[in-house]
Amino acid sequence: MNPLPGSPTPWRRVRARRGGTDTVFRYAVRSAAAMVIVVLVATAVFLVQQAWPALHQYGILSYLGSDRWAPSEATATGRHPNPYGIAQFVYGTAVTSLIAMVLAVPVAVAVSLYLTEIAPGWLRRPLSGLVDLLAAIPSVVYGFWGIFALIPAVRPAGVWLSRTLGTAPVIGPLFAGPFFGVSYLVAGLVLAIMILPIITAICREVFATVPTADKESALALGATRWEMVRMAVLPRSRSGITGAAVLGLGRAVGETIAVTMVIGNNVLSITTSILGPGSTMSSVIANEFTESTEPFHLQSLMVVGAWLLVIALVVNTVGKLIVRRTGEDIA
Amino acid sequence: MSHVPPTPDAAAARIDVVNLTARYHGRPAVADVDLAIEPRQVTALIGPSGCGKSTLLRCMNGLHLTVPGASVTGQVLLDDADIYAKDSNPVEIRHRVGMVFQRPTPFPTMSVRDNVLAGLQLGRRLGRGAPHDEIAERALTKAGLWHEVKDRLKAPGASLSGGQQQRLCIARALAVEPEVLLMDEPCAHLDPISTLTIEDLIREIKETYTVVIVTHNMQQAARVADTTAFLTMSAVGDPGRLVEVGPTERIFSSPRRQTTEDYISGKIG
Ligand SMILES: Nc1ncnc2c1ncn2[C@@H]1O[C@H](COP(=O)(O)OP(=O)(O)OP(=O)(O)O)[C@@H](O)[C@H]1O
Ligand SMILES: [Mg+2]
Repeated sequence: MNPLPGSPTPWRRVRARRGGTDTVFRYAVRSAAAMVIVVLVATAVFLVQQAWPALHQYGILSYLGSDRWAPSEATATGRHPNPYGIAQFVYGTAVTSLIAMVLAVPVAVAVSLYLTEIAPGWLRRPLSGLVDLLAAIPSVVYGFWGIFALIPAVRPAGVWLSRTLGTAPVIGPLFAGPFFGVSYLVAGLVLAIMILPIITAICREVFATVPTADKESALALGATRWEMVRMAVLPRSRSGITGAAVLGLGRAVGETIAVTMVIGNNVLSITTSILGPGSTMSSVIANEFTESTEPFHLQSLMVVGAWLLVIALVVNTVGKLIVRRTGEDIA
Repeated sequence: MSHVPPTPDAAAARIDVVNLTARYHGRPAVADVDLAIEPRQVTALIGPSGCGKSTLLRCMNGLHLTVPGASVTGQVLLDDADIYAKDSNPVEIRHRVGMVFQRPTPFPTMSVRDNVLAGLQLGRRLGRGAPHDEIAERALTKAGLWHEVKDRLKAPGASLSGGQQQRLCIARALAVEPEVLLMDEPCAHLDPISTLTIEDLIREIKETYTVVIVTHNMQQAARVADTTAFLTMSAVGDPGRLVEVGPTERIFSSPRRQTTEDYISGKIG
């Protein structure tokens, strides 16, 4: 671009501006970034601080070593054994998240393949928008829907699972006992629908980065659309899909209200069967913190919260790293 | 489908482009092309950038229609059958008319051997008992690559040099025994030596196949093509049209149209 006669050259103008608004902008952005880190660290410090009396009393390991949560047995002197075992909550979080992943990932991959490769052009945007809208439904609404629509709908399937697989060798305990309605299974289903939008959105971006040249070389060999997907799109997207799944897992691990409404909130011990009621780390906190009157009760919920934070941070970081690495692979 | 491997030398097919106009979003990129492509010959498409050479080439195997918003009118007759007829099967057409692109595009996650066999894995064209290794060897030999890669068949396709990757793509296209091979500036990203290797290869495979090549390099057209077709557009934004087609020697020595002469002598383009 030619500078206007009489005006300073563009280069000079750029340099001049560096001293003024640019600097302000740079500091504003930097302090916003710093703020995020401060909030994160402060949250972690706060949790550990609050949990400290209980941790000091019972020790970290006694929490993970027991699956019995019985606040009424706690004493003010904090005598052992630790009545606040949290292994069943870890189990609940793991099981519900796993169910959610197993159900949501294949569906999300299929939906995003459809949206990027198969659907007619005019349908892609509205349909993508619709999937994204699933993320806008408030968590409590999912909870209500889970109780009043999903549970009655899956009851026959639950009963059938308990009848057929309940006595099977090896996997039998996972499906043993009667179907309660409120259960890990229903919580997992609700979570699956809740994490579907994020996994779909990421998969869509991952598939969109596959070079046209790759897809065309498959088509030019006489591949059908589906064969092209298998030959050119999926192999390039493997780590991207993994990353998307892990980020979805990050969501599932922390999700609270909807899960609390449909999981049954059994805290007494591990219910192995996914057809039975249980609790997750987040649901027990949501359920009990307003009435945590027993000694060390609130502090023990803080311990659960601290562990949840650790798990969520690890899962999300791993997911982000995997997604980022895919981006670099392709570039 | 039978489980017998395809016959080694499938018959070369002829292509007749009849009154073809190809459009993107309703705007013609090439218009009113009539062009006969003879079997067992190399036909070169030359012309300035943007005149629609690639578009025309991609109309010959129907790949053009996979681009969103693309359409065609007119006919492309593959051995007298219109590939755009309602009852024609695009997958089968692309199986019969192979294509090599400007940039080498081996499938990055596949080994050299699997890249060569990729087209044959489609639609179970190759049964379990088929002699995969022999087929791979035959295709790599035809592409003049066998001696260079016979010890690294398991290595990723992307680990080869650019020229080798392009020959790997040629081997992949030849492995499915097409009747026609379309090449869109196959040497554009290669060094002179690799370019000459591929030109030798083109002269060799035309014994069995029909070859159509797009090139920006007029010496290359002169070296490899039996017939040369010159396309150009009258102004930027206008569709490209076929100006002149004839035996390569004639086109280069005594072009009948002024625009052809201007292009070959380097005045335009
Ligand atoms: N995918 C597309 N969408 C829209 N327009 C396109 C597309 N591909 C090509 N075109 C247009 O069609 C016309 C012909 O393009 P084409 O790529 O066939 O030319 P070309 O002769 O191969 O050029 P080059 O020598 O640069 O490769 C150009 O005007 C181009 O802008
Ligand atoms: Mg081109």
